[in-house]
Amino acid sequence: MKTVQELKEIRERMQDIVALRDNHKSSKKFKYSVMVCGGTGCTSSGSNGIYDRLLAEVEEAGIADSVQLILTGCFGLCALGPIVIVYPEGSFYCLVEPDGAERIVKEHLVGGTPVKDLLYHETVNDDGYQSLDETPFYKKQKRTALRNCGRICPENIDEYLAFDGYLALEKVLCEMKPEDVIKVITDSGLRGRGGGGFPTGVKWKFAAQNEAEQKYVCCNADEGDPGAFMDRSILEGDPHVILEAMAITGYAIGASEGYVYVRAEYPIAVSRFEIAIKQARAYGLLGKNIFGSGFDFDVHIKLGAGAFVCGEETALITSIEGNRGEPRPRPPFPAVKGLWGKPTVLNNVETYANIPQIILHGADWFNSMGTEKSKGTKVFALGGKIHNVGLVEVEMGTTLREIVEDIGGGVPDGKKFKAAQTGGPSGGCIPAEKLDVPIDYDNLTAIGSMMGSGGLIVMDEDNCMVDIAKFFLAFTVDESCGKCTPCRIGTKKLLDMLTDITDGRGKAGDIEKMVELSEYIRANSLCALGQTAPNPVLSTIHYFREEYEAHINEKRCPSGVCKNLTRYIILADKCKGCTLCARKCPNEAIEGQVKAPHVIDQDKCIKCGVCIGACKFGAVIKA
Amino acid sequence: MSKSTVPFAGTQEQKVELQNYIQEHGSEPGALLPTLQKAQDIYGYLPIEVQEMVALGLNIPLSEVYGVATFYAQFSLSARGKYKISVCLGTACYVKGAGEILERVMDELGIGYGECTPDGKFSIEECRCLGACGLAPVMTINSEVYGRLTPDMIPDILAKY
Repeated sequence: MKTVQELKEIRERMQDIVALRDNHKSSKKFKYSVMVCGGTGCTSSGSNGIYDRLLAEVEEAGIADSVQLILTGCFGLCALGPIVIVYPEGSFYCLVEPDGAERIVKEHLVGGTPVKDLLYHETVNDDGYQSLDETPFYKKQKRTALRNCGRICPENIDEYLAFDGYLALEKVLCEMKPEDVIKVITDSGLRGRGGGGFPTGVKWKFAAQNEAEQKYVCCNADEGDPGAFMDRSILEGDPHVILEAMAITGYAIGASEGYVYVRAEYPIAVSRFEIAIKQARAYGLLGKNIFGSGFDFDVHIKLGAGAFVCGEETALITSIEGNRGEPRPRPPFPAVKGLWGKPTVLNNVETYANIPQIILHGADWFNSMGTEKSKGTKVFALGGKIHNVGLVEVEMGTTLREIVEDIGGGVPDGKKFKAAQTGGPSGGCIPAEKLDVPIDYDNLTAIGSMMGSGGLIVMDEDNCMVDIAKFFLAFTVDESCGKCTPCRIGTKKLLDMLTDITDGRGKAGDIEKMVELSEYIRANSLCALGQTAPNPVLSTIHYFREEYEAHINEKRCPSGVCKNLTRYIILADKCKGCTLCARKCPNEAIEGQVKAPHVIDQDKCIKCGVCIGACKFGAVIKA
Repeated sequence: MSKSTVPFAGTQEQKVELQNYIQEHGSEPGALLPTLQKAQDIYGYLPIEVQEMVALGLNIPLSEVYGVATFYAQFSLSARGKYKISVCLGTACYVKGAGEILERVMDELGIGYGECTPDGKFSIEECRCLGACGLAPVMTINSEVYGRLTPDMIPDILAKY
């Protein structure tokens, strides 16, 4: 149990310890702070080994007293992992190998000169090097929900406290009435970041109005949208912010118990969250009579078991209860009848990550950011055919072009941008001509996509839009819980038609039939999974209709993705007759004399593509 | 979901471990899902014999246990290989060619996804986003992560096991 005064002392004591990474202030104790990314992305590329090597080298060099080594959450630039950042300079080392770790210690930490050839190339210029904050990737971002990710050690509550941690909870419990808390959140204009975009304050108000002996606060950390990983990064990088926000929510609506429903596929997030709960309980920030205010609150973890539909609130609640995660009709809404039949507030991880700062800085601070109807910032998981794969947080109203071109660094290999997919399996594909639309909830819906949880996958000219629609439909068919017919059978029929089209069995009129069926599924499905499932189909038909027509009418896949519609041919004027392709072909489908142009027998060709790789003269092409 | 082809070979120790868990946590609200997660931890999969033990232990119908076990992607009703290969088919991996990776793994091992090689060494499954999108396309073999894959890297990776 810590008192308000004791927490204050911890914050003061920690100021010197975190000074170097807090806007490059100076520290008495440390000369350098070395931050190693311990998020899932960097861990997958070996950052734990880098951490161990740095630790060993620092000890061997005898500088352990003046160098602080910290395993953090995600910095965002996942494509360049493992990442190491050295403060006070903010030197950004990327794709670090164990030998590089040794050089960082010897040349930078001991020698005092950053190792230029290991730095991220964007931070190096003719005059020297710059801090990571000055790179295009970070400069255009506004890290609010992600503010502590990559800055603190997520397994140490004192580090969270050092950056105003649990101050908002203190303010709420000691100075504010529950209705004041709800008013601040309502006035801030915060809307649910999980996809729906429902005003958070309004949701809280409904739950607060319902009298009940027991109420619950739930956190949706079951990030099911494939290609989105912001919630995981927050849980991994800043777990205490979620606990603090859930306790604030509990106070506002009158709940004493919280559940975090997190994907079992996120082991690092789960273990850091467990550590955070233990530490918060030990400090008395969870448990009975928090800050002597008489308010009790505790949090439990429930592991999800892999079901996309559990992102839907009623399905998630059913799953916490231990059952098949099937949704049920609303009303009654969870705010009236939720977990175990009691009033329940369910918010997403990123929504919670904004709460403590809104309490501390006020509603006006938050609603000064963003557009008229979408306030604050949004985190996007940039992925696919883009240079800077990773997590970015931008102010609402930023255009897609700024995200894709300036922050994301554009499409690699000189390829042409074709579409950006937002909203995962519930969203749509946005074509190049819509890149200048300012991103907010309503604009994305208006152009046939949706905000969703924030996955943003970039596709280039090599991606076939019919194939992408089929990919998403296959996902929905897999994940449909089967409870209602429009979703269970409708999405299967849509997938069958898309499969026919990509296999070369498309017929005239198929497009119209798919649109009709899509409208039906959208209007009649029980939950958002079914209602939004046709979006990938409708948006690709809307913006890329000519690709569907090429598949159906000409039996041709313009991007060369759909195998049955792709032919490999040898250009006679480029073929030197070297026979290499004929020898490599696994099905003996290539014929020709030495030094004479070869020909592919289309009946024998199995479209494996080996010949393209084998030809040194670029004579084999897909058509 | 396919039925297991490998005969069930649970031990007394495994049974006791599961029963102890049920004893301790079985009466908590919403116990079925965590109990099945624990059971799969212990046995590696959830054959009908294990589902029966869970049903008996929690005093609920076997149909309910089966319903939950078949609903979630995490649960496998058939035995999996010693090395579990999981190819990520999340969107970021898919647009970067994860489909070709999966195909190559299946070709090399001669089995489809959801299947296990006859010697029990490898099994293949697909998964939806490991969150390592920066390394796309990605697959895992048990807890080892392989990223930035091309189909030609697959034989060498498999040869390590």
